[in-house]
Amino acid sequence: MSLGLTLLAAGIATYLTRLSFIALAHRGTAPAWIIRPLRLVPAAVLSALVLPAVLAPQGMVQLWPLSPRALAGMVAVLVAWKTRSILLTLVVGMSVLWLAGLLLPG
Amino acid sequence: MSGSQPTTSGSPSNSPSTWAHPSGQPAAGAREEFLRGILAEIPLLLGVVPFGLIYGVIAIQSGLTPATAQAASAVVFAGSSQFVMSQLVAGGASGVVIVASIAAINLRHALYSASLAPHLAHLSAGWKALLAYLLTDEAYVVSIGHLEADGPRVHRHFFLLGAGLTLWASWQASTALGLFAGARLPQSWSLDFTLPLMFIALVVPQLKDRAAIAAALVAGGLAVALRGLPLGLGVLLAAVAGILAATPLERGEA
Repeated sequence: MSLGLTLLAAGIATYLTRLSFIALAHRGTAPAWIIRPLRLVPAAVLSALVLPAVLAPQGMVQLWPLSPRALAGMVAVLVAWKTRSILLTLVVGMSVLWLAGLLLPG
Repeated sequence: MSGSQPTTSGSPSNSPSTWAHPSGQPAAGAREEFLRGILAEIPLLLGVVPFGLIYGVIAIQSGLTPATAQAASAVVFAGSSQFVMSQLVAGGASGVVIVASIAAINLRHALYSASLAPHLAHLSAGWKALLAYLLTDEAYVVSIGHLEADGPRVHRHFFLLGAGLTLWASWQASTALGLFAGARLPQSWSLDFTLPLMFIALVVPQLKDRAAIAAALVAGGLAVALRGLPLGLGVLLAAVAGILAATPLERGEA
C-alpha cells in the first residue's frame, strides 16, 4: 500500500467515525436515556486525553519526585478552576513547566 | 426541537450563501451564529497552533514529504493521530498498521458524533457531511454547550461551522508553517505540552456537578491505567467507562 493510499484509507476511516451517529440521527427528539449519558462526553473524553499526557508522558507514572509535567498540569487545573481562562492556563502552565524543568531533576 | 420553525437552509449548496449575503431576519441570525462560532474558537488556537507547528516539524523529521504531511492535515485532520502516523512511517510500519492505528486513535470522535447527533438531526445530508468533516475535539468542545442551550435553534449549526472552519484553517496554516519554518523550534521548549494544557482549560469548567466530576475521575484514572493498550483504545474504553459509571449520578439532577 503506497503512503498516499494509506493516508486516504486512514482519512476515510476517521471521517466515517465522525459521521457515524450524525448520519444515523433523524428528525425528532432523542429519548432522555440517550441524551443523559452524552452530556458527560466532554468531561470524560478530555480527562481521558489529559491525565495520561500529564501523569505519564513517557509511559511511566511518576508521582514522587513530581515530574515537571505533572506539577505544571496540577497548577494548570488550579488556574483553570479559578480563572476559566485558556490564555492564563497556558501561560502559567508553560511557565511552571519551564521553571520546573530547570529546577527539578529529570 | 424547532421543526415547526421556518428555515432557509434547504440544501447545503444554498445555505452557506445565506450568511454570506444576508437578506432578512433568518439570514442575519445565521451570520451572527457563524461569527460567534469563530470568536469562540479563537482562544483555542493558542493550544492548537503550536501543536500544528510541531506536527510539521516532526512530519519532516519522520521522512514525510511536505506534500504528504500537508495532505494528512487535510485528509485525516486529527492532530494526535497525525503525530502517530509520522512516528509509524519513520519506523517503517506497514500501511495496514498505520490505518488501524489512526482509526483506533480517532474512535473517540464517535462519542462526539453521538453527542452532536440530536442537535443536527434536522439538517440536510450535505450539512451533516460537512459538519462531520469539521468535527474535532476543539470544535466540539466549544460548540456543544451552545447547541444544548435553550432558545431558538434554527441557525445553531452555523456556530459549529464557524468554529470548525476556524480550526481547520488554523490547522492547515500551522502545519504549513511547521513544515517550512518550524525546524528552528527547540525541543526543550516542550511546546507539545500546550495541547494537554488547553484541554485542561476546557475540561475544568465542565466539572460543575457530581456526575461530570465522577465521569472525569473514572475516565482519567482508567486512561492512565489502560495507557499500555494499543493506541487510542485506552482513551476510548476509559471515556465510555467514565460515562457509564457516572450516568446514574445524573438522575435527580436537572
